[in-house]
Amino acid sequence: MIAAARTILRKDLLIELRTKESVPAMVLFSITVYVLFHFGLDRDSLDGELASGVLWVTLLLAAVIGVSRLFAAESTQGGIDGLLLAPVDRTALFLAKAAAMFLFLTAVELVAVPAFALLLLGPGLGGAFPELLAVLLLGNFGMAAVGALVAALAAETRAHELIVPLLLLPLLVPVLISCAQATEPLFRQPAATEDLGRWLLLLTLYDVVFVLLSVAVFDFLLED
Amino acid sequence: MAAIELERLERRYGERVALGGVSVRLEEGQTLAVLGSNGAGKTTLLRVLAGLLRPHAGSARVLGAALPDERWRLPSQVGYLGHEPLLYRELTGRENLRYHADLHGVPHSRLQTVVTALEIDHRADEPVRDLSKGLIQRFAIARAVLHDPALLLLDEPRANLDPSAAELVEPLIGRSSGRTRVLVTHDVNGALEESDIALGLKAGRPVPVDAELYR
Repeated sequence: MIAAARTILRKDLLIELRTKESVPAMVLFSITVYVLFHFGLDRDSLDGELASGVLWVTLLLAAVIGVSRLFAAESTQGGIDGLLLAPVDRTALFLAKAAAMFLFLTAVELVAVPAFALLLLGPGLGGAFPELLAVLLLGNFGMAAVGALVAALAAETRAHELIVPLLLLPLLVPVLISCAQATEPLFRQPAATEDLGRWLLLLTLYDVVFVLLSVAVFDFLLED
Repeated sequence: MAAIELERLERRYGERVALGGVSVRLEEGQTLAVLGSNGAGKTTLLRVLAGLLRPHAGSARVLGAALPDERWRLPSQVGYLGHEPLLYRELTGRENLRYHADLHGVPHSRLQTVVTALEIDHRADEPVRDLSKGLIQRFAIARAVLHDPALLLLDEPRANLDPSAAELVEPLIGRSSGRTRVLVTHDVNGALEESDIALGLKAGRPVPVDAELYR
């Protein structure tokens, strides 16, 4: 199963490298939103809960773009049939899609988070960087697991651009709350780490529950 | 043991019956030709046999696997060539075949054998989106036979192929391949010539293969 997941992931990354359809769009969207907040709030710098909320809502909305495109090649070029016709466990498809989404989000954040710090963040990232990195990675994990599940659910529907945000955003509310709450003290002046462990634990639990749930139901999503 | 046994097979899309009352028995190594006008249920039948669609009534047994419960036994034994080539346009032909070879656990040496047999080696490193329909069909055939399946499910397999290309694919998907085949085509005379059994379909129901079939 791991070998099959690796094969599917390699194919997805190769297609993204050639088409550049997902990651550049997500990056551009994130930076545009930060610029809009910069002018819309008419403030040069944010801190605390406002900074944390702006960062995470933008990343979540950028994730919607990635999830909408996650099964694009499968839907339009018959890739799901190709996978169902191969002797591979369908869980491999979930693992590959979730891994691809995780890597896409990480690539987006490599550009979007420094852009956020430059355009909006008052205190700067320096001191709390390792803690922020942990929150970002756990947040990405949750968004990737739920994203792969929702993308598969929407893949065979005609209105998948509509279904993805309608399903994805409510399911990601716990991720948003945990990530925003965990990040808020890191963006204070001076940065603090109060309650960080509690929120990271909650994020970890959410991630584990959704990975297990996705593995359990993914087979049924691909049935005709 | 028969390669395919269908007994009053039925498949619906919502309320509409796409296939109904289809009964067929095909022995190993034989060819079944499926004929009928557009929308008669031919592709639906192929997709049910491939395990891509669940039958809603009746029984279907393919290569000993009862559908849909034993669908998991089919992929390594069935080669499916449908309307869509099931190739990614942004990948090269070779990358597509390598991808399918890896999913099927087929050694890459087999990939080279098939590519050479179909004379597509010289275009195998170009993206599929840049290839002609005939070449894409040859790559799709390569994909379908890569894992050396016992049963071939072929929907208009010679579509877009010129006569010399049609000759090239013959040893792999033609009668001389020795494989059990289900062949969907509009070429009635050609299909009757190369088949052991013919099944006519009209509005999803079996009908005799005669002049009335396409009316």
